[in-house]
Amino acid sequence: MAPMSITREEVAHLARLSRLALSDAELDRFAGQLDVIIGAVARVQEVAAEGIPPMTHALPLVNVLRDDVVVPPLGAQAALAQAPAAEQRRFRVPRILADEA
Amino acid sequence: MDGELIRRTAADLAAAVAGGEVSAAEVTQAHLDRIAAADDRLHAFLHVAAEPALAAARAVDDRRAAGDALGPLAGVPLALKDVFTTADMPTTCGSRILAGWLPPYDATVTRRLRRAGVVILGKANMDEFAMGSSTENSAFGPSRNPWDLSRVPGGSSGGCAAAVTAFEAPLAVGTDTGGSIRQPAAVCGIVGTKPTYGGSSRYGVVAFASSLDTPGPLARTVLDTALLHEAMSGHDPCDSTSVAAPVPPVVAAARQADVAGMRIGVVTELAGEGYQAGVQARFGEAVELLGSLGAKVIEVSCPHFRYALPAYYLIAPSECSSNLARFDGMRYGLRVGDDGTRDAEEVMSVTRAAGFGAEVKRRIMLGTYALSSGYYDAYYGKAQQVRTLICRDFDAAFEQVDVLVSPTTPTTAFPIGERADNPMAMYLADLCTIPSDLAGNAALSVPCGLAPEDGLPVGLQIMAPALADDRLYRVGAAVEAALQQRWGQPLLTAANGLGDD
Repeated sequence: MAPMSITREEVAHLARLSRLALSDAELDRFAGQLDVIIGAVARVQEVAAEGIPPMTHALPLVNVLRDDVVVPPLGAQAALAQAPAAEQRRFRVPRILADEA
Repeated sequence: MDGELIRRTAADLAAAVAGGEVSAAEVTQAHLDRIAAADDRLHAFLHVAAEPALAAARAVDDRRAAGDALGPLAGVPLALKDVFTTADMPTTCGSRILAGWLPPYDATVTRRLRRAGVVILGKANMDEFAMGSSTENSAFGPSRNPWDLSRVPGGSSGGCAAAVTAFEAPLAVGTDTGGSIRQPAAVCGIVGTKPTYGGSSRYGVVAFASSLDTPGPLARTVLDTALLHEAMSGHDPCDSTSVAAPVPPVVAAARQADVAGMRIGVVTELAGEGYQAGVQARFGEAVELLGSLGAKVIEVSCPHFRYALPAYYLIAPSECSSNLARFDGMRYGLRVGDDGTRDAEEVMSVTRAAGFGAEVKRRIMLGTYALSSGYYDAYYGKAQQVRTLICRDFDAAFEQVDVLVSPTTPTTAFPIGERADNPMAMYLADLCTIPSDLAGNAALSVPCGLAPEDGLPVGLQIMAPALADDRLYRVGAAVEAALQQRWGQPLLTAANGLGDD
């Protein structure tokens, strides 16, 4: 069997970076699957691409500007209508700092 | 149920409504009845908006009664992929994280359809966040293929394709990022187009891979597809990647339906190992047919197409890992674990773990990997260079030919569950469709027959340069007309997975 291109520990790290609280069972499963996928996509490295410019986008568009026209905003009521939690016309979110900062 | 009404084309229905032969409300009711009778087995729709649809239809009837001129699709029902925002219907993207979400605004495509008098019947099922080729990744359960209910309808716009195939709607609007319109159209035996990137607005389309996502039409005939293509397209100041160019003359091209003198290239690399025998056979016949209709057919090599699939599965996940960061449970959508013991970051992680399905998680992690320092040059950077080389292959090919052709998919519709635990096998369904997404040019799938070994539809893919979308319709309509003459009836007459004919 070919050497692993990605380890379970690396997948756990990716999950943390991705803000995904995965279970142990998920980590086991994804580690094997991602290893196969990364092995397959690594084929791009076979291509001789020396000096070839990278393409980020299909269109040669830069700095698309529009006229600076005032349009009615969404409004607080509409913006908050689908919030998981709201208070005092604001989004209510869990604490972002630890108790002892 | 008015069986005759639901089998008519969109062009026919619009003319019948405009001429007063039938009301838009009757047309809409006939399709709602069909949905009521068939969709418990198909699951093409995630949400059916019966009352709003009937109200929209009555508005068209009122405008007609008042003597207003109606557009070419006024009063025609449509299934809208659940990735387009709709202010009066939930928009879920097939994801638990957006279950029940009611967007505060309409997508530009939604708005254009409404303005054209198109009647939106409801929201069509899809692979979660448009990631998949089967609709099995929908958090709300798969859609089924109307040819054989044990098989997938393709994806990610599989609900759209199933609805159109089963006569629940004559039209649907989907999105194509790696083949998500053309692949389901092909395996369901209907027509689907990925327009030129930027030809149709992404404003209000929940983003998967922003440099690739392209809204486009699905329908049962090439002309209906062209009519919808024209109605939904055009420059949109709300989308900075929208093309400020006129919509190519797709409807005129569909009516022209003539390939005499056109140069058509068969892509050498999109054939061989992994392609089902019946797919290759039907494709070969379609190519012969094009020659007999007066086209000049040659073989063209696009050597870097072999690397399109790996490049795509680096670029699309990279963009997705960034785009899906917005689903954090703070401002809208699901929030899990906010019990006072967890801080915001922990709530985000628990919410995303509970709200996203396996394929979305895989792609977010794959993209995070490809973009991380130390791997960026070897993966994402290299994939972007391959993207340039694929564009150059297209440029060189289009110096020799007007359009390129290939099978749309390597195989016909596969059984539900067959590839569910094998992501790489699932990814192969997009083998032929990905090059046009990476290049941002235009491509269409049109049915070219049934594979003899399984009796399931095969699609012919036609690819054209950016902003030459009209060529797709010229060729597609010619193939459609010649094949229907040969078959003596539309292909879909043979579809009987629902057992109702």
